[in-house]
Amino acid sequence: MAIRRGRGVAAINYPTGMNLGGDPTQALVHSTPTGNFMVTLSSVDLGQGMKQIMAQICAETIGVPTDRVVVDTADTDTGPHCMGTFASRGTHRAGNAVIQAAREARQVMLEVAAEEMEVNASDLETDGQGNILVKGAPQKSMSIFDVALSAHFKRGRSISGRGMFLIPRSYPEKETGAMKPSTCYAHACTVAEVEVDDETGEVTVLTVKNVFEIGRALNPKMVEQQLVGGSWMGISHALYETTEPYYPNRDHGGTDFNQYLMPGPGDLAETEIIVLERPSADGPYGAKGPGEMCANPQIPAVANAVFDAVGVRIDTLPITPERILRALKAQASN
Amino acid sequence: MAKVPVQFTLNGSEKAEFIDSGTTLLNVLRDKIGDTSPKGGCHQGTCGACSVIIDGELRLSCLTLAETCNGATITTTSGLAEGGVLHPLQRAFLDTFATQCGFCTPGMIMAAKVLLDHTPDPSREDVVEALSGNICRCTGYEPIIQAVLTAARANSQNAA
Repeated sequence: MAIRRGRGVAAINYPTGMNLGGDPTQALVHSTPTGNFMVTLSSVDLGQGMKQIMAQICAETIGVPTDRVVVDTADTDTGPHCMGTFASRGTHRAGNAVIQAAREARQVMLEVAAEEMEVNASDLETDGQGNILVKGAPQKSMSIFDVALSAHFKRGRSISGRGMFLIPRSYPEKETGAMKPSTCYAHACTVAEVEVDDETGEVTVLTVKNVFEIGRALNPKMVEQQLVGGSWMGISHALYETTEPYYPNRDHGGTDFNQYLMPGPGDLAETEIIVLERPSADGPYGAKGPGEMCANPQIPAVANAVFDAVGVRIDTLPITPERILRALKAQASN
Repeated sequence: MAKVPVQFTLNGSEKAEFIDSGTTLLNVLRDKIGDTSPKGGCHQGTCGACSVIIDGELRLSCLTLAETCNGATITTTSGLAEGGVLHPLQRAFLDTFATQCGFCTPGMIMAAKVLLDHTPDPSREDVVEALSGNICRCTGYEPIIQAVLTAARANSQNAA
């Protein structure tokens, strides 16, 4: 009887969004009379930071600072249509819709500015600080504040735009079954090191080293936060969490936080996160969906590390001491 | 049923309410007084989201009957900032990205404040122990541990 050490590796591909009959999201953008911009969505910020990302995307597209954008979300009675916040689709689907809406609003904004400045709209550009300039002659400029006032009170123009992003349904080919379930994939690879006590079956995760390929990180600190938390959640899935240990039998299922186990602050593995950015072809500014992907590779990596440590394959989650001891017993009797 | 009077000091101001006997402090704070910084996560004392400080001690407001708080001094996270200046713990949670969805954050900050009040220069193990009654689903705890250690360092620099 001893504490045995093992190391496991796993790599995954993870689709962004789903494909069950078309996957649309709609966005509307309009300016206030003072040149702030409102993004209206039905997509939900669950705490993952969608409002921040949509504000960044809108601001980048229109050419204003992020703090000039307000994002209003999640009223499915009155807002534009969104399939919802799930399948790691929010940034990708809603972001593309916001870009389209913001481009249309930007075009109207430039047309109003062109009328005021008596130039051609195609000769105008934004400075990202809230001003519209004549290309090559930046001394000739106008603030977006004044452009919006003019649009509202003088020109009678609505600086607004409509956006719709749709991934159409993909049907399998009859002969081969080939189809395109997703247009965009994030990737990850994890190496986990564990210690397994072959007397008690207890697993201690020592280190988790993760590499995540997530397209372009639109907000690097928020991406890092998601990946650190996700790596922890992957360990939690691998070793702790289950609603029904004898599924589909409900017996012994956890009913509260005392019984539904997750690693606490005292159970943390040394965790490393490396981010690779390979912009996606159809993502907003190259983004993919890293949300759920980041909690997946730790699970097979830990299972492989347990195999490396004590030579048993656990193929049911979570990898509990009981399952390891039963497998060790079966192995010994063979 | 007759209402029960309770009086206590919340974040420096006197509060007096008539409540139904058996009402939890959490419900009085949120529904009667309107301080929604303590969160109702599990309502059975296992998640720590409702943590408040009563007479200097960390307590679960979901398991504390409001009528036992007569004359007590209660602190919640909404009482930590002074004017527009955030408490060092709040500052550190922001700067180190130690909140994500934010639901556990007030409870975490209460637990951390009691730790730092008693142990101004805590070890990592002290922080882990102090936070072990609070559940977080987003962050993986490491950013929260780092935030508390950061706040402790900021405090000791200000004191020096």
